Amino acid sequence: MNKHLSHLSLRQMLAAVMLLMLSTATAVAIERTSPSTADHSQFEKLQQSFETAPDVTQACISCHTEASKQLQKTTHWTLEYPHPETGQMLGKRHVINSFCGAAASNEPFCTSCHTGYGWNDMRLPPPTSENAVDCLICHDTTGDYKKSPNQAGHPIYEYKDPVDSSIIHKTDFANIAQNIGPTSSRNCGSCHFYGGGGDGVKHGDLDSSLLTAPRALDVHMSKDGAGFACADCHTTSAHSVTGSRYLTNARDTLGIDVLGHTDHTRASCESCHGNSPHNQSKLNDHVDQVACQTCHIPEFARGGVATKVWWDWSTAGQLDADGNPQTIYDSEGHLQYLSTKGTFRYGENVVPKYRWFDGVSRYTLREDKIDDTQTPIELNKIKGSHDNPDSRIWPFKIMEGKQPYDKVHKHLLVNHVYSADDDTALWTNFDWAKSLQAGTDYAGQEYSGEFDFIETRMHWPIAHMVAPAEDALTCASCHARDGRLAELTDFYMPGRDRNIWLDRAGWSLALLTLLGSLIHGTGRFVSSRRREK
Amino acid sequence: MKRTMIFKRFERFWHWSQAALIFFLMFTGFEIHSSYNVLGFGKASQLHEYAAYALMGLWILAIFWHLTTGEWRQYIPTTDKLGAVIHYYLIGTFTGAEHPYRATTQAKHNPLQRLAYLGFKLVISPAIWISGLLYLFYNHWVDLGLPLLTLGGVALVHTTAAFAMLIFVIAHVYMTTMGKTVFSMIKPMITGYEDIPQEKPSKHKK
Repeated sequence: MNKHLSHLSLRQMLAAVMLLMLSTATAVAIERTSPSTADHSQFEKLQQSFETAPDVTQACISCHTEASKQLQKTTHWTLEYPHPETGQMLGKRHVINSFCGAAASNEPFCTSCHTGYGWNDMRLPPPTSENAVDCLICHDTTGDYKKSPNQAGHPIYEYKDPVDSSIIHKTDFANIAQNIGPTSSRNCGSCHFYGGGGDGVKHGDLDSSLLTAPRALDVHMSKDGAGFACADCHTTSAHSVTGSRYLTNARDTLGIDVLGHTDHTRASCESCHGNSPHNQSKLNDHVDQVACQTCHIPEFARGGVATKVWWDWSTAGQLDADGNPQTIYDSEGHLQYLSTKGTFRYGENVVPKYRWFDGVSRYTLREDKIDDTQTPIELNKIKGSHDNPDSRIWPFKIMEGKQPYDKVHKHLLVNHVYSADDDTALWTNFDWAKSLQAGTDYAGQEYSGEFDFIETRMHWPIAHMVAPAEDALTCASCHARDGRLAELTDFYMPGRDRNIWLDRAGWSLALLTLLGSLIHGTGRFVSSRRREK
Repeated sequence: MKRTMIFKRFERFWHWSQAALIFFLMFTGFEIHSSYNVLGFGKASQLHEYAAYALMGLWILAIFWHLTTGEWRQYIPTTDKLGAVIHYYLIGTFTGAEHPYRATTQAKHNPLQRLAYLGFKLVISPAIWISGLLYLFYNHWVDLGLPLLTLGGVALVHTTAAFAMLIFVIAHVYMTTMGKTVFSMIKPMITGYEDIPQEKPSKHKK
């Protein structure tokens, strides 16, 4: 009896201990708020009814004296990136991409994702006043702060009640300001998930599904995984965020970062996982030539949000019989045609393309001559090769489509698609000739007036949606005659490559030896039978 | 007739474990070469590596054994009776002629065998050995001061040696059936003993 009781109590004790351990573990995993020494709701400065968003910023920088100055030095502000290797001037202010084309001439729309207020003309640098910086887009925790799609970065100030549209609500900036906090994935995602004009459209490895990701979609960002926010890897220093597609750290040889000392490389896998992360040495032997992403992101757009893989602007402008713009969906429910934008193809669970990449991308800029006999035009050329020691094999989303170019001057053209009031914007007038004339006039681009559409291609490195280890590619995904790396032919890879003549000679000689043996043996058998007779 | 120990215990252990390892290495090796798909590339290459280490270990033992016992002399090439042996395999075996060579404990291999095994030991095996080790330690070539090698070249040598090994094995297995009966030459490799006629045979054979 006694024994029985003690057994029970032991079991209960074990259960209690396990429960305790479980609950602390959960608490640790969920606890994300920083141990802040300031409660912003107690600040008198923030206890006022703000009329405009810049008024909020004014309050922020009255204490955070350096914040705006810091931010105004970053790429998030300048949308400009002087490339240290190629010397090209990149950044959204300058490049043409294979989605919306050029940002210039479409500002109040395209600058709605700017971390500031009132950049109405991208031919000029962004506004210099410190209260033009948008603190809230990155630090709002309430979810009530939303950028207007066409107000050059200003938020929605008033909105209709979703139930009773006669009621107009005002955005409660005081409440938003009093509840600011560290940047969450939702803050980053409010722009970066929706690049290219919709959820998941641009990147393929960044979309809203990451906010509720199951472990299978993203081991780092999933609540069932590491529960990371974007900023856990994309660490910041003086508001400058780590990680760049223009100059990527394609091969991190530094390895694990020391907190507080080598923080600026945190956006690489190696900064946490080191340079020999596998238990099998043969796998670690691959680290110098194969990016982690190549095996550990077997497919992108895996979260149920499709990504755009083809965008043909040349078909834009076709109206229906009544002269109205059309919206057509394909059989899978993805947009297939919009009179404003042209024809699309979407993809889900897309297998990446693989390229050698040393981190340097060279863009085809507005002023660059293109060879219109060599299509598709590479909007960004990925540099790298097997013999370049800084290169590794990286996965890419390849975005293709057709974009306007000048048939005489041979360059890509600035397209004017959005305007609230003029009659030249494509999205309101569906007239390419007017759109391109207006866009090039605005941007000061040389334009003959003769345009056509040319096929373009763009490379988007894939670095997110890291799958659990058990879903990584297997050796045979690449080490096979027609595996994933079939296109990369500048090196010898076991299992894929062979000398066909050696194979032919080897198998032939082996077969001849076997045949010779069989004939010799048959001869022996027959002659011995004869002799016996 | 007397039963003579031709192949000692270590020699038999060495021969058969080497045979098993070589068969396994050929099986996994040609899978790594994508000639077929049974285990999968990853498993095949992992097991190939383990088996290669085992074979290298075995070779070290065997080399030690050959040197300490003097058995290495069995492979010194000779032209004595070489022509006769070749003639036997080409013609004599069909006409019922006696094999011109008799194995003794001092010389257990006929001149053609000596040449074949010497080739196996001095050409095919080292080629596989060296190219295989280079293949395995591809990542350390720069540290080892071997920047001029290419993986394609090393793989070419390794695969060539593998084909040579395959051809050797086919021919070797067939030749073992060429004794008095089909299995009479394989038996001593298993039991160690061969029935050898007396050195000075009496007037009529038993």
